[in-house]
Amino acid sequence: MKEKTLCVSAIKEGTVIDHITAGKGLKIIRLLQLMEKEKKITIGLNLKSSSMGMKDLIKIENTFLTPSDTDHIAIFSPLATVNVIKNYTIANKFSVNMPKKIEKVLLCPNSQCITHAEHTSTLFFIEENNDMIFLSCHFCEKLFSQEEITEV
Amino acid sequence: MTLLLQEPKQSLNLSNLISISDLSKEDMEKILDTAKNFESHTPLDLLKGVILASCFFEPSTRTRLSFETAMLRLGGSCIGFSEVASTSLKKGESFSDTIRVIGSYADLIVLRHPLEGSARLATYLTTKPIINAGDGANQHPTQTLLDLFTIKKCQGKLDGLHIVLAGDLKFGRTVHSLSLALAHYGVRIYFVSPHSLSLPESIQHQLRRKGVKFSFHSSLKEVLPKADILYMTRLQKERFGEISLENSCLLKQEHLKGVKPNLKILHPLPRNEEIERSIDQTPFAGYFQQAADAIVVRMAILALLSGKL
Repeated sequence: MKEKTLCVSAIKEGTVIDHITAGKGLKIIRLLQLMEKEKKITIGLNLKSSSMGMKDLIKIENTFLTPSDTDHIAIFSPLATVNVIKNYTIANKFSVNMPKKIEKVLLCPNSQCITHAEHTSTLFFIEENNDMIFLSCHFCEKLFSQEEITEV
Repeated sequence: MTLLLQEPKQSLNLSNLISISDLSKEDMEKILDTAKNFESHTPLDLLKGVILASCFFEPSTRTRLSFETAMLRLGGSCIGFSEVASTSLKKGESFSDTIRVIGSYADLIVLRHPLEGSARLATYLTTKPIINAGDGANQHPTQTLLDLFTIKKCQGKLDGLHIVLAGDLKFGRTVHSLSLALAHYGVRIYFVSPHSLSLPESIQHQLRRKGVKFSFHSSLKEVLPKADILYMTRLQKERFGEISLENSCLLKQEHLKGVKPNLKILHPLPRNEEIERSIDQTPFAGYFQQAADAIVVRMAILALLSGKL
Protein backbone atom coordinates (compact mmCIF):
# COMPACT_ATOMS: atom_id res chain seq x y z
CA MET A 1 0.00 0.00 0.00
CA LYS A 2 2.80 2.35 0.92
CA GLU A 3 4.59 1.58 -2.35
CA LYS A 4 1.47 2.38 -4.37
CA THR A 5 1.05 5.71 -2.65
CA LEU A 6 4.62 6.60 -3.48
CA CYS A 7 4.19 5.68 -7.15
CA VAL A 8 0.93 7.46 -7.89
CA SER A 9 -0.66 9.78 -5.38
CA ALA A 10 -4.18 9.15 -4.09
CA ILE A 11 -7.08 11.30 -5.29
CA LYS A 12 -9.95 12.58 -3.18
CA GLU A 13 -12.68 12.50 -5.83
CA GLY A 14 -12.65 10.94 -9.27
CA THR A 15 -11.99 7.70 -11.15
CA VAL A 16 -9.06 5.31 -11.08
CA ILE A 17 -8.65 2.92 -13.99
CA ASP A 18 -6.50 0.08 -12.71
CA HIS A 19 -5.08 -3.16 -14.10
CA ILE A 20 -4.52 -1.68 -17.54
CA THR A 21 -2.35 -3.89 -19.73
CA ALA A 22 1.19 -2.49 -19.51
CA GLY A 23 1.90 -0.18 -22.44
CA LYS A 24 -1.76 0.64 -23.15
CA GLY A 25 -2.21 3.51 -20.69
CA LEU A 26 -1.55 6.34 -23.12
CA LYS A 27 -3.72 4.65 -25.74
CA ILE A 28 -6.61 4.53 -23.29
CA ILE A 29 -6.22 8.22 -22.42
CA ARG A 30 -6.53 8.99 -26.13
CA LEU A 31 -9.40 6.51 -26.56
CA LEU A 32 -11.43 8.13 -23.78
CA GLN A 33 -10.44 11.53 -25.18
CA LEU A 34 -9.40 12.65 -21.70
CA MET A 35 -6.71 15.03 -22.95
CA GLU A 36 -9.27 17.19 -24.73
CA LYS A 37 -11.35 17.75 -21.62
CA GLU A 38 -8.76 19.61 -19.55
CA LYS A 39 -8.95 16.96 -16.85
CA LYS A 40 -6.31 16.65 -14.15
CA ILE A 41 -4.85 13.24 -14.89
CA THR A 42 -2.13 11.16 -13.28
CA ILE A 43 -0.77 8.21 -15.17
CA GLY A 44 1.45 5.38 -14.00
CA LEU A 45 3.21 3.21 -16.56
CA ASN A 46 4.85 -0.17 -15.99
CA LEU A 47 3.90 -0.35 -12.31
CA LYS A 48 4.39 -3.57 -10.39
CA SER A 49 1.31 -5.77 -10.19
CA SER A 50 0.94 -8.99 -8.22
CA SER A 51 -1.62 -10.37 -10.67
CA MET A 52 -0.28 -8.98 -13.95
CA GLY A 53 3.45 -8.57 -13.40
CA MET A 54 3.32 -5.05 -14.82
CA LYS A 55 0.38 -2.75 -15.35
CA ASP A 56 -0.56 0.82 -16.23
CA LEU A 57 -2.90 2.95 -14.14
CA ILE A 58 -4.82 6.20 -14.76
CA LYS A 59 -6.32 8.58 -12.18
CA ILE A 60 -8.75 11.27 -13.32
CA GLU A 61 -9.66 13.82 -10.70
CA ASN A 62 -13.21 15.12 -10.20
CA THR A 63 -14.60 12.99 -13.01
CA PHE A 64 -16.87 10.01 -12.42
CA LEU A 65 -16.85 7.58 -15.33
CA THR A 66 -19.70 5.10 -15.83
CA PRO A 67 -19.56 1.58 -17.33
CA SER A 68 -20.85 2.93 -20.64
CA ASP A 69 -18.01 5.48 -20.69
CA THR A 70 -15.35 2.88 -20.06
CA ASP A 71 -16.38 -0.28 -21.94
CA HIS A 72 -14.27 0.87 -24.92
CA ILE A 73 -11.23 0.17 -22.76
CA ALA A 74 -11.89 -3.59 -23.02
CA ILE A 75 -10.69 -3.58 -26.65
CA PHE A 76 -7.14 -2.75 -25.55
CA SER A 77 -7.17 -3.91 -21.95
CA PRO A 78 -9.88 -6.46 -21.15
CA LEU A 79 -8.75 -6.95 -17.52
CA ALA A 80 -8.96 -3.27 -16.55
CA THR A 81 -11.00 -2.33 -13.50
CA VAL A 82 -12.62 1.02 -12.81
CA ASN A 83 -12.80 2.47 -9.29
CA VAL A 84 -15.00 5.46 -8.55
CA ILE A 85 -13.40 7.36 -5.66
CA LYS A 86 -15.31 9.55 -3.22
CA ASN A 87 -13.55 11.13 -0.24
CA TYR A 88 -10.44 8.94 -0.76
CA THR A 89 -12.43 5.67 -0.60
CA ILE A 90 -13.77 3.38 -3.33
CA ALA A 91 -17.47 4.17 -3.71
CA ASN A 92 -18.00 1.86 -6.70
CA LYS A 93 -15.86 -0.65 -8.57
CA PHE A 94 -16.58 -2.40 -11.86
CA SER A 95 -14.88 -4.38 -14.61
CA VAL A 96 -14.96 -3.34 -18.24
CA ASN A 97 -17.17 -5.35 -20.61
CA MET A 98 -16.39 -5.91 -24.27
CA PRO A 99 -18.77 -3.63 -26.25
CA LYS A 100 -20.58 -4.96 -29.34
CA LYS A 101 -19.67 -1.84 -31.32
CA ILE A 102 -17.56 1.27 -30.97
CA GLU A 103 -18.38 4.59 -32.60
CA LYS A 104 -16.46 7.76 -33.46
CA VAL A 105 -13.29 7.25 -31.38
CA LEU A 106 -11.25 4.96 -33.68
CA LEU A 107 -9.71 5.48 -37.11
CA CYS A 108 -10.04 2.89 -39.86
CA PRO A 109 -6.54 1.62 -40.72
CA ASN A 110 -7.62 1.07 -44.34
CA SER A 111 -6.43 4.12 -46.27
CA GLN A 112 -8.98 3.30 -49.01
CA CYS A 113 -11.91 3.49 -46.59
CA ILE A 114 -14.36 6.30 -47.40
CA THR A 115 -14.31 7.48 -43.77
CA HIS A 116 -10.95 9.19 -44.39
CA ALA A 117 -11.88 11.15 -47.51
CA GLU A 118 -15.27 12.24 -46.18
CA HIS A 119 -14.22 12.85 -42.55
CA THR A 120 -17.04 10.61 -41.42
CA SER A 121 -17.30 9.28 -37.90
CA THR A 122 -16.38 5.62 -37.82
CA LEU A 123 -18.24 2.56 -36.60
CA PHE A 124 -16.63 -0.77 -35.80
CA PHE A 125 -18.28 -4.01 -34.75
CA ILE A 126 -16.34 -6.12 -32.27
CA GLU A 127 -15.80 -9.81 -32.92
CA GLU A 128 -14.12 -12.22 -30.53
CA ASN A 129 -12.57 -15.41 -31.88
CA ASN A 130 -10.28 -17.80 -29.98
CA ASP A 131 -9.43 -15.13 -27.38
CA MET A 132 -8.50 -12.73 -30.17
CA ILE A 133 -10.37 -9.47 -30.64
CA PHE A 134 -11.14 -8.22 -34.14
CA LEU A 135 -12.79 -5.00 -35.23
CA SER A 136 -14.85 -4.93 -38.39
CA CYS A 137 -15.32 -1.56 -40.13
CA HIS A 138 -18.99 -0.90 -40.88
CA PHE A 139 -18.02 0.94 -44.07
CA CYS A 140 -15.14 -0.84 -45.82
CA GLU A 141 -16.00 -4.20 -44.14
CA LYS A 142 -12.32 -4.92 -43.46
CA LEU A 143 -11.36 -6.81 -40.34
CA PHE A 144 -8.57 -5.55 -38.06
CA SER A 145 -6.80 -6.79 -34.98
CA GLN A 146 -6.75 -4.41 -32.00
CA GLU A 147 -3.01 -3.88 -32.62
CA GLU A 148 -3.77 -2.33 -36.02
CA ILE A 149 -6.39 0.10 -34.75
CA THR A 150 -5.59 3.67 -33.73
CA GLU A 151 -7.61 6.30 -31.93
CA VAL A 152 -8.96 9.51 -33.49
CA MET B 1 -15.29 18.78 -39.63
CA THR B 2 -16.55 15.32 -38.79
CA LEU B 3 -19.73 14.12 -40.41
CA LEU B 4 -21.82 12.51 -37.70
CA LEU B 5 -23.86 9.50 -38.67
CA GLN B 6 -27.56 9.26 -38.20
CA GLU B 7 -29.42 5.99 -38.47
CA PRO B 8 -29.97 5.13 -42.13
CA LYS B 9 -33.24 3.86 -43.44
CA GLN B 10 -33.75 0.18 -42.78
CA SER B 11 -30.87 -1.62 -44.43
CA LEU B 12 -32.67 -4.43 -46.24
CA ASN B 13 -35.51 -6.11 -46.76
CA LEU B 14 -34.63 -4.67 -49.70
CA SER B 15 -34.25 -0.90 -49.12
CA ASN B 16 -30.63 -0.77 -50.30
CA LEU B 17 -28.24 -3.23 -51.89
CA ILE B 18 -24.82 -2.50 -50.42
CA SER B 19 -23.11 -5.74 -49.47
CA ILE B 20 -23.84 -9.37 -50.07
CA SER B 21 -23.40 -9.82 -46.32
CA ASP B 22 -26.60 -7.83 -45.77
CA LEU B 23 -28.70 -10.25 -47.83
CA SER B 24 -30.43 -13.27 -46.38
CA LYS B 25 -30.79 -16.40 -48.49
CA GLU B 26 -34.48 -15.48 -48.86
CA ASP B 27 -33.54 -12.02 -50.23
CA MET B 28 -31.23 -13.62 -52.79
CA GLU B 29 -33.81 -16.22 -53.81
CA LYS B 30 -36.40 -13.47 -54.22
CA ILE B 31 -34.14 -11.57 -56.61
CA LEU B 32 -33.23 -14.72 -58.57
CA ASP B 33 -36.88 -15.81 -58.85
CA THR B 34 -37.94 -12.34 -60.00
CA ALA B 35 -35.16 -12.34 -62.62
CA LYS B 36 -36.29 -15.75 -63.87
CA ASN B 37 -39.84 -14.46 -64.24
CA PHE B 38 -38.56 -11.46 -66.19
CA GLU B 39 -36.85 -13.84 -68.65
CA SER B 40 -40.22 -15.08 -69.81
CA HIS B 41 -42.23 -11.90 -69.26
CA THR B 42 -40.97 -8.32 -69.01
CA PRO B 43 -43.53 -5.85 -67.59
CA LEU B 44 -42.72 -2.98 -69.96
CA ASP B 45 -44.28 -0.15 -67.93
CA LEU B 46 -43.39 -1.33 -64.44
CA LEU B 47 -40.97 1.55 -63.76
CA LYS B 48 -42.67 4.20 -65.88
CA GLY B 49 -42.06 7.58 -64.24
CA VAL B 50 -39.20 6.26 -62.09
CA ILE B 51 -35.78 7.92 -62.50
CA LEU B 52 -32.51 6.10 -61.94
CA ALA B 53 -29.34 8.12 -61.21
CA SER B 54 -26.42 6.16 -62.61
CA CYS B 55 -23.40 7.59 -60.75
CA PHE B 56 -20.10 6.09 -61.89
CA PHE B 57 -17.07 7.72 -60.30
CA GLU B 58 -14.97 4.95 -61.89
CA PRO B 59 -14.98 3.48 -65.40
CA SER B 60 -17.48 0.75 -66.23
CA THR B 61 -18.95 -0.72 -69.38
CA ARG B 62 -21.10 -3.73 -68.54
CA THR B 63 -22.37 -2.70 -65.13
CA ARG B 64 -23.39 0.81 -66.10
CA LEU B 65 -24.89 -0.08 -69.46
CA SER B 66 -26.71 -3.13 -68.12
CA PHE B 67 -28.28 -1.10 -65.31
CA GLU B 68 -29.35 1.60 -67.75
CA THR B 69 -30.66 -1.00 -70.19
CA ALA B 70 -32.56 -2.76 -67.40
CA MET B 71 -34.13 0.54 -66.35
CA LEU B 72 -35.16 1.42 -69.92
CA ARG B 73 -36.58 -2.07 -70.53
CA LEU B 74 -38.88 -1.62 -67.52
CA GLY B 75 -40.09 1.75 -68.81
CA GLY B 76 -38.01 3.93 -66.46
CA SER B 77 -35.61 6.79 -67.20
CA CYS B 78 -31.92 7.37 -66.44
CA ILE B 79 -29.78 10.37 -65.51
CA GLY B 80 -26.19 10.31 -64.37
CA PHE B 81 -22.52 10.45 -65.25
CA SER B 82 -19.81 8.01 -66.16
CA GLU B 83 -16.73 9.98 -65.16
CA VAL B 84 -15.81 12.41 -62.41
CA ALA B 85 -14.53 14.94 -64.95
CA SER B 86 -18.11 15.89 -65.86
CA THR B 87 -19.26 16.52 -62.28
CA SER B 88 -18.86 19.19 -59.61
CA LEU B 89 -16.39 16.92 -57.86
CA LYS B 90 -13.91 18.55 -60.23
CA LYS B 91 -14.81 21.83 -58.51
CA GLY B 92 -14.08 20.34 -55.11
CA GLU B 93 -17.56 19.18 -54.13
CA SER B 94 -17.49 16.33 -51.65
CA PHE B 95 -18.90 12.88 -52.34
CA SER B 96 -21.38 13.39 -49.51
CA ASP B 97 -22.77 16.64 -50.95
CA THR B 98 -22.98 15.07 -54.41
CA ILE B 99 -25.07 12.16 -53.13
CA ARG B 100 -27.35 14.43 -51.08
CA VAL B 101 -28.11 16.50 -54.17
CA ILE B 102 -28.61 13.55 -56.51
CA GLY B 103 -30.87 11.95 -53.91
CA SER B 104 -33.17 14.94 -54.25
CA TYR B 105 -33.41 14.42 -58.04
CA ALA B 106 -33.71 10.67 -58.58
CA ASP B 107 -35.77 7.79 -57.20
CA LEU B 108 -32.94 5.24 -57.11
CA ILE B 109 -29.14 5.62 -57.20
CA VAL B 110 -26.68 3.15 -58.69
CA LEU B 111 -23.22 3.98 -57.39
CA ARG B 112 -19.69 2.96 -58.32
CA HIS B 113 -16.85 4.64 -56.46
CA PRO B 114 -13.16 3.79 -55.94
CA LEU B 115 -13.26 4.15 -52.16
CA GLU B 116 -14.39 1.25 -50.00
CA GLY B 117 -17.53 1.85 -47.98
CA SER B 118 -18.75 4.67 -50.25
CA ALA B 119 -22.08 2.96 -50.98
CA ARG B 120 -22.67 2.26 -47.29
CA LEU B 121 -21.99 5.91 -46.49
CA ALA B 122 -24.45 6.98 -49.19
CA THR B 123 -27.30 5.22 -47.33
CA TYR B 124 -26.80 7.76 -44.51
CA LEU B 125 -27.00 10.70 -46.91
CA THR B 126 -30.27 10.10 -48.76
CA THR B 127 -33.54 8.29 -48.20
CA LYS B 128 -33.48 6.97 -51.79
CA PRO B 129 -32.43 3.34 -52.35
CA ILE B 130 -28.71 2.92 -53.02
CA ILE B 131 -27.40 0.09 -55.19
CA ASN B 132 -23.68 -0.62 -54.83
CA ALA B 133 -22.18 -1.17 -58.28
CA GLY B 134 -18.69 -1.59 -56.83
CA ASP B 135 -16.90 0.21 -53.99
CA GLY B 136 -13.17 -0.10 -54.54
CA ALA B 137 -11.89 -3.59 -53.76
CA ASN B 138 -14.73 -4.23 -51.32
CA GLN B 139 -18.05 -5.41 -52.73
CA HIS B 140 -19.95 -5.78 -56.00
CA PRO B 141 -23.18 -7.44 -54.89
CA THR B 142 -25.18 -7.12 -58.12
CA GLN B 143 -22.43 -8.94 -60.01
CA THR B 144 -22.71 -11.69 -57.43
CA LEU B 145 -26.45 -11.97 -57.89
CA LEU B 146 -26.06 -12.35 -61.63
CA ASP B 147 -23.26 -14.89 -61.05
CA LEU B 148 -25.63 -16.91 -58.86
CA PHE B 149 -28.36 -16.59 -61.49
CA THR B 150 -26.09 -17.95 -64.24
CA ILE B 151 -24.74 -20.75 -62.05
CA LYS B 152 -28.27 -21.85 -61.13
CA LYS B 153 -29.38 -21.59 -64.73
CA CYS B 154 -26.55 -23.70 -66.14
CA GLN B 155 -26.31 -26.25 -63.30
CA GLY B 156 -30.01 -26.41 -62.37
CA LYS B 157 -29.14 -25.78 -58.70
CA LEU B 158 -26.79 -23.94 -56.37
CA ASP B 159 -26.62 -26.36 -53.45
CA GLY B 160 -23.65 -28.69 -53.10
CA LEU B 161 -21.67 -27.59 -56.16
CA HIS B 162 -17.86 -27.72 -56.39
CA ILE B 163 -16.72 -24.23 -57.33
CA VAL B 164 -13.23 -23.05 -58.27
CA LEU B 165 -12.53 -19.32 -57.81
CA ALA B 166 -9.29 -18.38 -59.57
CA GLY B 167 -7.11 -15.38 -60.38
CA ASP B 168 -6.75 -12.19 -58.38
CA LEU B 169 -8.50 -13.18 -55.17
CA LYS B 170 -6.98 -10.36 -53.14
CA PHE B 171 -8.27 -7.31 -55.01
CA GLY B 172 -11.08 -8.91 -57.06
CA ARG B 173 -14.21 -7.75 -55.27
CA THR B 174 -16.48 -10.10 -57.25
CA VAL B 175 -14.74 -13.08 -55.64
CA HIS B 176 -15.23 -11.64 -52.16
CA SER B 177 -18.95 -11.11 -52.69
CA LEU B 178 -19.50 -14.40 -54.51
CA SER B 179 -17.76 -16.61 -51.97
CA LEU B 180 -19.83 -15.08 -49.15
CA ALA B 181 -23.05 -15.59 -51.12
CA LEU B 182 -22.16 -19.20 -51.90
CA ALA B 183 -21.84 -19.81 -48.16
CA HIS B 184 -25.63 -20.07 -48.07
CA TYR B 185 -25.63 -23.05 -50.43
CA GLY B 186 -23.34 -25.69 -48.91
CA VAL B 187 -20.82 -25.51 -51.75
CA ARG B 188 -17.19 -26.68 -51.71
CA ILE B 189 -14.86 -23.84 -52.75
CA TYR B 190 -11.33 -24.16 -54.17
CA PHE B 191 -9.35 -20.90 -54.27
CA VAL B 192 -6.59 -20.80 -56.90
CA SER B 193 -4.18 -17.86 -57.00
CA PRO B 194 -0.53 -16.90 -56.64
CA HIS B 195 0.30 -16.58 -52.94
CA SER B 196 0.63 -12.80 -53.23
CA LEU B 197 -2.95 -12.50 -54.50
CA SER B 198 -4.68 -14.88 -52.08
CA LEU B 199 -8.04 -14.28 -50.43
CA PRO B 200 -8.02 -11.59 -47.69
CA GLU B 201 -8.06 -12.85 -44.12
CA SER B 202 -11.32 -10.99 -43.41
CA ILE B 203 -13.17 -13.03 -46.06
CA GLN B 204 -11.56 -16.28 -44.90
CA HIS B 205 -12.67 -15.45 -41.35
CA GLN B 206 -16.27 -14.94 -42.48
CA LEU B 207 -16.29 -18.16 -44.50
CA ARG B 208 -14.94 -20.16 -41.55
CA ARG B 209 -17.58 -18.66 -39.30
CA LYS B 210 -20.27 -19.74 -41.77
CA GLY B 211 -18.87 -23.28 -41.86
CA VAL B 212 -17.88 -23.22 -45.54
CA LYS B 213 -15.46 -25.94 -46.72
CA PHE B 214 -12.63 -24.36 -48.71
CA SER B 215 -8.98 -24.88 -49.60
CA PHE B 216 -6.15 -22.99 -51.29
CA HIS B 217 -4.24 -24.09 -54.38
CA SER B 218 -1.58 -22.60 -56.62
CA SER B 219 -2.51 -24.38 -59.85
CA LEU B 220 -5.74 -24.79 -61.81
CA LYS B 221 -4.72 -28.31 -62.87
CA GLU B 222 -4.96 -29.56 -59.28
CA VAL B 223 -8.65 -28.81 -58.95
CA LEU B 224 -10.26 -28.60 -62.39
CA PRO B 225 -11.36 -32.27 -62.58
CA LYS B 226 -13.56 -31.71 -59.51
CA ALA B 227 -15.19 -28.47 -60.67
CA ASP B 228 -18.79 -27.81 -61.66
CA ILE B 229 -18.02 -24.09 -62.00
CA LEU B 230 -14.71 -22.40 -62.76
CA TYR B 231 -14.95 -18.70 -61.96
CA MET B 232 -11.98 -16.81 -63.40
CA THR B 233 -11.04 -13.21 -62.58
CA ARG B 234 -8.62 -10.74 -64.07
CA LEU B 235 -5.85 -8.85 -62.36
CA GLN B 236 -7.09 -5.56 -60.89
CA LYS B 237 -4.18 -3.64 -62.46
CA GLU B 238 -5.89 -0.30 -61.92
CA ARG B 239 -5.71 -0.88 -58.14
CA PHE B 240 -2.13 -1.98 -57.69
CA GLY B 241 -0.10 -1.59 -60.86
CA GLU B 242 1.66 -4.03 -63.12
CA ILE B 243 2.12 -7.63 -62.09
CA SER B 244 1.05 -10.73 -63.93
CA LEU B 245 -0.72 -13.96 -63.09
CA GLU B 246 1.46 -17.02 -62.93
CA ASN B 247 1.08 -19.52 -65.75
CA SER B 248 -0.49 -22.02 -63.37
CA CYS B 249 -3.44 -19.62 -62.91
CA LEU B 250 -4.06 -19.01 -66.64
CA LEU B 251 -6.67 -21.22 -68.30
CA LYS B 252 -5.66 -22.93 -71.53
CA GLN B 253 -7.70 -25.27 -73.68
CA GLU B 254 -5.43 -28.21 -72.80
CA HIS B 255 -6.54 -27.87 -69.14
CA LEU B 256 -10.06 -28.86 -70.11
CA LYS B 257 -9.20 -32.50 -70.85
CA GLY B 258 -10.77 -34.68 -68.17
CA VAL B 259 -13.09 -32.05 -66.72
CA LYS B 260 -16.71 -32.82 -65.81
CA PRO B 261 -19.07 -32.53 -68.81
CA ASN B 262 -21.26 -30.08 -66.89
CA LEU B 263 -18.36 -27.68 -66.18
CA LYS B 264 -19.09 -24.05 -66.97
CA ILE B 265 -16.44 -21.33 -67.01
CA LEU B 266 -17.62 -17.95 -65.80
CA HIS B 267 -15.86 -14.57 -65.69
CA PRO B 268 -17.20 -11.15 -64.62
CA LEU B 269 -15.40 -9.58 -67.64
CA PRO B 270 -13.51 -7.68 -68.89
CA ARG B 271 -11.14 -10.53 -69.64
CA ASN B 272 -7.42 -10.13 -70.19
CA GLU B 273 -5.03 -13.04 -70.69
CA GLU B 274 -6.50 -15.39 -68.07
CA ILE B 275 -8.77 -17.33 -70.46
CA GLU B 276 -7.36 -18.47 -73.80
CA ARG B 277 -9.55 -17.13 -76.61
CA SER B 278 -10.02 -20.55 -78.23
CA ILE B 279 -12.03 -21.63 -75.17
CA ASP B 280 -14.82 -19.24 -76.25
CA GLN B 281 -15.87 -21.83 -78.87
CA THR B 282 -16.16 -24.73 -76.40
CA PRO B 283 -19.39 -25.72 -74.62
CA PHE B 284 -17.65 -24.91 -71.33
CA ALA B 285 -17.59 -21.13 -71.95
CA GLY B 286 -20.40 -19.48 -69.99
CA TYR B 287 -19.10 -15.93 -69.58
CA PHE B 288 -20.97 -14.29 -72.43
CA GLN B 289 -24.25 -15.85 -71.27
CA GLN B 290 -23.36 -14.56 -67.81
CA ALA B 291 -22.96 -11.01 -69.18
CA ALA B 292 -26.32 -11.29 -70.95
CA ASP B 293 -28.02 -12.47 -67.75
CA ALA B 294 -27.07 -9.14 -66.16
CA ILE B 295 -30.08 -7.45 -67.70
CA VAL B 296 -32.83 -9.57 -66.11
CA VAL B 297 -31.04 -9.71 -62.76
CA ARG B 298 -30.59 -5.93 -62.65
CA MET B 299 -34.20 -5.49 -63.80
CA ALA B 300 -35.23 -7.60 -60.79
CA ILE B 301 -33.07 -5.53 -58.42
CA LEU B 302 -34.45 -2.23 -59.74
CA ALA B 303 -38.04 -3.47 -59.61
CA LEU B 304 -37.73 -4.77 -56.06
CA LEU B 305 -35.83 -1.78 -54.66
CA SER B 306 -38.20 0.72 -56.25
CA GLY B 307 -41.02 -0.92 -54.35
CA LYS B 308 -42.95 -1.64 -57.54
CA LEU B 309 -43.17 -5.41 -56.94
